[in-house]
Amino acid sequence: MIPELGHFALIVALVIALIQSSLPVIGAAKGIPSWIALAKPTAQLQLFFLIISFACLLYAFIVHDFSVMYVANNSNTALPLIYRISAVWGAHEGSLLLWVLVLSIWTGAVTVFSKSIPKDVLARVISVMGMVSVGFLLFTLLTSNPFERLAIAPVQGQDLNPLLQDFGLAIHPPMLYMGYVGFSVAFAFAIAAMLGGKLDAAWARWSRPWTNIAWIFLTIGISLGSWWAYYELGWGGWWFWDPVENASFLPWLVGTALMHSLAVTEKRGTFKAWTVLLAVSAFSLSLLGTFLVRSGILTSVHAFATDPARGVYILIFLIIVIGGSLTLYALRAPSIRSSTTFELFSRETALLFNNVILVVVAASVLLGTLYPLLLDALGFGKISVGPPYFNSVFVPLTIPLALLLGVGAMMRWKQDNPMRLVKALGFLFAVSVVVGGLLPLFFSRYEFGAAIGLMLATWITLTALQGIRLRLMNKGYTYASIKSVPRSFFGMSIAHIGVAVFIVGITLTSIYSEEKDVRMIPGEKYLLNGYSFEFKGVRSTQGPNYHAEKGHLTVSKDNQLVATMYPEKRVYRVQRSPMTEAAIDAGLTRDLFIALGEPRGADGAWSLRLYVKPFIRWIWFGTLIMALGGLLAATDRRYRFAGKKMNHKGVTA
Amino acid sequence: MKSIMIILSLFCFLNPNIYAAAVEMKKFESDLHEQRYKNLIDELRCLVCQNQNLADSNSELAQDLRNKVYKMINDGQSDQEVMDFMVTRYGDFVLYRPPFKASTFLLWIGPFIILIIGLLVLVNFIRHRKRNVITALSNNEKEKLKQLLNDNKGKFK
Amino acid sequence: MKLNRAVLPLLAFIVLVVFLAIGLTKDPRKLPSPFIGKTAPEFNLPILHKMEENFSPKLMLGKVWILNVWASWCVSCRAEHQVLNNLVKYHQVNLVGLNYKDDINDARRWLSRYGDPYQLSASDVDGIAGIEWGVYGVPETFIMDKKGAVRLKHTGPVTNKDIKEKIVPLIKKLENES
Repeated sequence: MIPELGHFALIVALVIALIQSSLPVIGAAKGIPSWIALAKPTAQLQLFFLIISFACLLYAFIVHDFSVMYVANNSNTALPLIYRISAVWGAHEGSLLLWVLVLSIWTGAVTVFSKSIPKDVLARVISVMGMVSVGFLLFTLLTSNPFERLAIAPVQGQDLNPLLQDFGLAIHPPMLYMGYVGFSVAFAFAIAAMLGGKLDAAWARWSRPWTNIAWIFLTIGISLGSWWAYYELGWGGWWFWDPVENASFLPWLVGTALMHSLAVTEKRGTFKAWTVLLAVSAFSLSLLGTFLVRSGILTSVHAFATDPARGVYILIFLIIVIGGSLTLYALRAPSIRSSTTFELFSRETALLFNNVILVVVAASVLLGTLYPLLLDALGFGKISVGPPYFNSVFVPLTIPLALLLGVGAMMRWKQDNPMRLVKALGFLFAVSVVVGGLLPLFFSRYEFGAAIGLMLATWITLTALQGIRLRLMNKGYTYASIKSVPRSFFGMSIAHIGVAVFIVGITLTSIYSEEKDVRMIPGEKYLLNGYSFEFKGVRSTQGPNYHAEKGHLTVSKDNQLVATMYPEKRVYRVQRSPMTEAAIDAGLTRDLFIALGEPRGADGAWSLRLYVKPFIRWIWFGTLIMALGGLLAATDRRYRFAGKKMNHKGVTA
Repeated sequence: MKSIMIILSLFCFLNPNIYAAAVEMKKFESDLHEQRYKNLIDELRCLVCQNQNLADSNSELAQDLRNKVYKMINDGQSDQEVMDFMVTRYGDFVLYRPPFKASTFLLWIGPFIILIIGLLVLVNFIRHRKRNVITALSNNEKEKLKQLLNDNKGKFK
Repeated sequence: MKLNRAVLPLLAFIVLVVFLAIGLTKDPRKLPSPFIGKTAPEFNLPILHKMEENFSPKLMLGKVWILNVWASWCVSCRAEHQVLNNLVKYHQVNLVGLNYKDDINDARRWLSRYGDPYQLSASDVDGIAGIEWGVYGVPETFIMDKKGAVRLKHTGPVTNKDIKEKIVPLIKKLENES
């Protein structure tokens, strides 16, 4: 009964979405107020029915309804409740339901937080989002129905993939989807603006908070995936340039460019056509990512149960949505006019530069990801494009980007003087070079790459702090004066510092990580990078749905006990697959990481892999700080009190 | 038939066994040999679990190939000889660093070209920005403005 | 001039879509053999049912022959085995097996249970010959011409359709070559 209700709710949602995507936008074009007024109610009603649908699927998992095929394939009576919940989005069909639900949540949010937006603009925005909903709902209902029933309900389910039975991986998809799907708002605003023929600073101001919040979720989602891979996959890696990782990184890069470009369009009324193109591209890349993951076109560890037939459907959807928006762009962009100008040496130029670098990185990652497909399609055989390629392209480009970060935030709008900047920042640059050059001396060996990374991180941090200092200097460092500076300024500074922290993490961990495979008998010690690992043996234990071999080690430094660690090798009873649960001792300046190998002899010897990974946490601290900065920027009072006071002020300085 | 291939290809994803760390004890003559071994197995792709390199994959073929790399290094063969051995038998697919040839020219030069184009567009945009600005009103627009002002003369008091 | 520039993203997208569409028809996991058109790799291995004798591809020079890589632990091999049994029943082909990374007794038992279509099977216990031939999965099937060059590699189980449409026509063609 409940699954049928869920299925029915999904169909109703589709019907509502059809109305939502057609009447309001036509009403806006023809000036029919009653049709325009349908935007809010249809959006909210669609959300209501999708919540029902999702709840039904959730219920089916919680009560172990194995008559539903999707539940039977992804659950089990022994599966803990929390993972029965996350199993809802653990495979293709359910994750699609999550996708459309998240889209309707964003649409609903837009209907609520839109007091300053003219009704006809809102109508267009809601309709565009409705069109995307229609596409995904049709896809779900026609090819990937999560409510399909089995004629004979099995007694037991096939269990959720053990890899997914993990907190980090449970929340990784919802975060990612909030990000990917969130970019549809900026996309819808861009389309609405092109349809309505009005592209002004107001459009940029409306789009900014939505874009920022989507970006925050995407940042968190990607870093969750990276962190999960690190502690779960057993060999200490955190980014593999896997096609699906790249598919999530591309909208992030373009989304970052978009955030910066929107800032310029809002403040200075320029870069309009470019910002529109970025808004369209960011969401288009999200859709492209969906295609790459679900069509089977690229081998990836993430690939869902792939099916070229599904691929065809998504491709057609892509052609309609992206092709349509780019055609609209080709028609409307030439007539978009900017209202101000700027000099060669100005913040506008610096931000343009930032955009160019980000887009070049994105284009290169896209090229590398699709190149094997390209060659195969042309009949030139199969090649692989992996981390060696991506690293050699990505790393050099981050250098000008990082240098620019320090400079851009300090530059003046419209016109600035190179000498002024040299005076303001020259000293800081010198300090950064010295600090960066000297710090590697404290490590096991001197590496020039470490010096560069540390120099860039120091540069970004010092310039960000300097920026804050200059703002508060004359007002005094009081609580009142801090409150008087716009939150978005602090958001920017903090997000940039987050980038610096991130750079420290990847530089130091890439260069100074140490790893060793050893065979140890109980009582034996091994010294790695100043840490003494003592092996105490392995014993058998049981978990709720698995059996484990649990290793025991103590780690000391300078004869002081630092950590007691228990690496495990688990066998999940249903899928009968061995899994390594690495033991990690997390630290601010280093992680200790141990993976249990195999038993190696009657004397209780086991093979073990030991790692010391310096500063690896800084990678995820960095992304968290970036997300925090974004949150501060998104909650700036400009956006919270939009409509009443702001309109009178006009273009802000 | 198709379902069998799908099952085989799903084998690696659905089977977390491959995520059980491949801990192997290998003895090397020198640190340099060990470093070369680690670098090589990082850059060679596993053909069974195609989303892992030889270092990370736990599939049997990966184990066999790692042993082969180990043997070749101990026999004094160079990195290039190891890679050539693999490529002769498995094709360029086995290299995660695509070789630089005619067919991959666009791949390696591409980012550089995109960067140059990006910079050119940037320079072009900056140089032509003045043209986008609405500077003076045309005569038609001047007339319209006059009319509007006249029409609204008495309105703001 | 302006209109030209704004059309570029759309044009780029169209090119992308064309490649994606072609990509949907391809299987990214299947690898072509680098030996197509080249001399088949050498090996010298004991024969499964007669371990004191050896087999090497050189012995097949002057003949068109098929090498089928199989193992008793391989589920898909069982699926294709009946197809191979029928192949040798109804056609004149030289079918040689390469028993890959298998236990000798398990392998012999498997053949006596499911039928032995092979003229002989070479026993590749360590998988060394497999590596020489670029084998990365089981089953795989190679077809060699009279000069000893590899002309076809088929990954995955061979179906009746493959026999009818690919294998038999190719064998006939190669037989007619000098």
